[in-house]
Amino acid sequence: MDISPQFLDTDRIREDFPILHRTVHGDKKLVYLDNAATSQSPKQVIDAIVEYYSLHNANVHRGIHVLAEEATALYEGGRDKVAAFINAPREEVVFTKNSSEALNLVANVLGWAGEDYGIRPGDEIVISEMEHHSNIVPWQLTAERIGAKLRWFGITDDGRLDLSNLDELVNERTKVVSLVHVSNILGTVNPIETIVKRAHEVGALVVLDASQSAPHMPLDVTRLGADFVAFTGHKMLGPTGVGVLWGRRDLLEELPPFLGGGEMIQTVTMEKSTYAGLPHKYEAGTPPIAEVVALGAAVDYLTAVGMDNVAAHEHAITEYALKRLQEVDGLRIIGPNTAEDRGAAISFTMGDIHPHDVGQVLDEHGIAVRVGHHCARPVCVRFGIPATTRASFYLYSTPAEVDALVEGLDQVKRFFGV
Amino acid sequence: MQLESMYQEIILDHYRNPHHKGLREPFASQVHHVNPTCGDEVTMRVDLDGDVISDISYESQGCSISQASASVLTDLLIGKNVEQARAVQETFLQLMQSRGEGHEFAEEHEEVLEDAVAFAGVAQYPARVKCALLSWMAWKDATAQALAVQDETDKDRVKA
Repeated sequence: MDISPQFLDTDRIREDFPILHRTVHGDKKLVYLDNAATSQSPKQVIDAIVEYYSLHNANVHRGIHVLAEEATALYEGGRDKVAAFINAPREEVVFTKNSSEALNLVANVLGWAGEDYGIRPGDEIVISEMEHHSNIVPWQLTAERIGAKLRWFGITDDGRLDLSNLDELVNERTKVVSLVHVSNILGTVNPIETIVKRAHEVGALVVLDASQSAPHMPLDVTRLGADFVAFTGHKMLGPTGVGVLWGRRDLLEELPPFLGGGEMIQTVTMEKSTYAGLPHKYEAGTPPIAEVVALGAAVDYLTAVGMDNVAAHEHAITEYALKRLQEVDGLRIIGPNTAEDRGAAISFTMGDIHPHDVGQVLDEHGIAVRVGHHCARPVCVRFGIPATTRASFYLYSTPAEVDALVEGLDQVKRFFGV
Repeated sequence: MQLESMYQEIILDHYRNPHHKGLREPFASQVHHVNPTCGDEVTMRVDLDGDVISDISYESQGCSISQASASVLTDLLIGKNVEQARAVQETFLQLMQSRGEGHEFAEEHEEVLEDAVAFAGVAQYPARVKCALLSWMAWKDATAQALAVQDETDKDRVKA
């Protein structure tokens, strides 16, 4: 096949990823197509962790010895890198455990907040039917606790957000709209500008789950116009255990703290405490220091490749994968079937063969995909299916891996006799 | 190929042509069990005649392993008394928890397990053990409920 110019030099990139060179089930080459669940790390990220623990390990912000100062500088350096990556001031970048914790943080503090931003009984919270469970359950909890009403956007048959009732759904009672930027199951890229415009018109805050967008496309939080943005390190070449919450400074200053503990205080008396400034107010306890340092290395790696180039590569891979997959007899794409406004996660069903069985046979051939409802069960219900098989790509994915997937699916059909 | 150790012909046969499928009346109890990680679901009914399991009927959706397992279960348990059936269920559970020793265990207990020996290979795939156990856990639950109903009825009868 002819390699179109928008593909990255994956031969060179893959040299940086040790895990992509291992074999599975004996001598099968690993074809890793589960990047929407977690991405792999280049040696630059792995080295950053090794170097941190080998040379600089100490707690941050609370020692005057050399190691403590080095660890603090490295940790805060990680924050600078992440801030630059999303074009935000460093004070607005809060480290959490993952996207889920970031979203729980927002859902909780908006529930606890006072007059200006607090969610009150009868207020409305708007999400969508294509959310990951981590952007559904925290809002259900808050809504139940307060007596607020949870509402949601539907999904169109071709897997897009149904905006036909936007003006009715997002109204003067709406306090917050919390929406996924790119769906982890459908791959849909949602029209954030339209939503932000309507939400701000009625005075509602906008929370964005950017777990599947921050790793894959340029993300400029000041241009997006949302009020909060959440994403996670392990989906963007970084380690597990660290997530990011970006929030507008005035909001973070005004809203109450989430977790209490060391690091997030200014003064503590037995009766009452005052809180640290941003971003530390939202970082109680010893943070994931090595993880933040490694996330900084991941951001360096992505920045060196260029997020525009990453996005272009994935667009090309997605276009190719959609074309090849739709040539497979009996395969149904769940989500948009063109690469326009679409991320590189592609869900599909294979006739009556259950995704679990599809995934098992693919695994036997060294092909790693995700099967199940992808923590987005309402989407499966919406499309009347129990589960899907999902292949998801990243900057190191190649057209040859798409071909391997398609060949694997032929094996699946042969095995189950369809 | 390792895959065939899990997808035994017996399993694929039961998957393609499940036995005793479909919900039937009469029934003493009905339960609905799900596997939250993969979305497999089963609705199962159990009917008792004294302490004999006179019928097990079910509706289910899920992978080949969970479907075949439900089918094998009905073949094995219908017509047995509760005590015998519980022994089979317990043996099947042990098989699923046997990890590396599945085939030896299955061979040893072939008389009790019958067609269910085919699931020995599944025990080596921890992610799939729950698929195989879904209907067995549903049956255990449904039977306990059916017995409880029977107890209540007996008491009522004594009172009357």
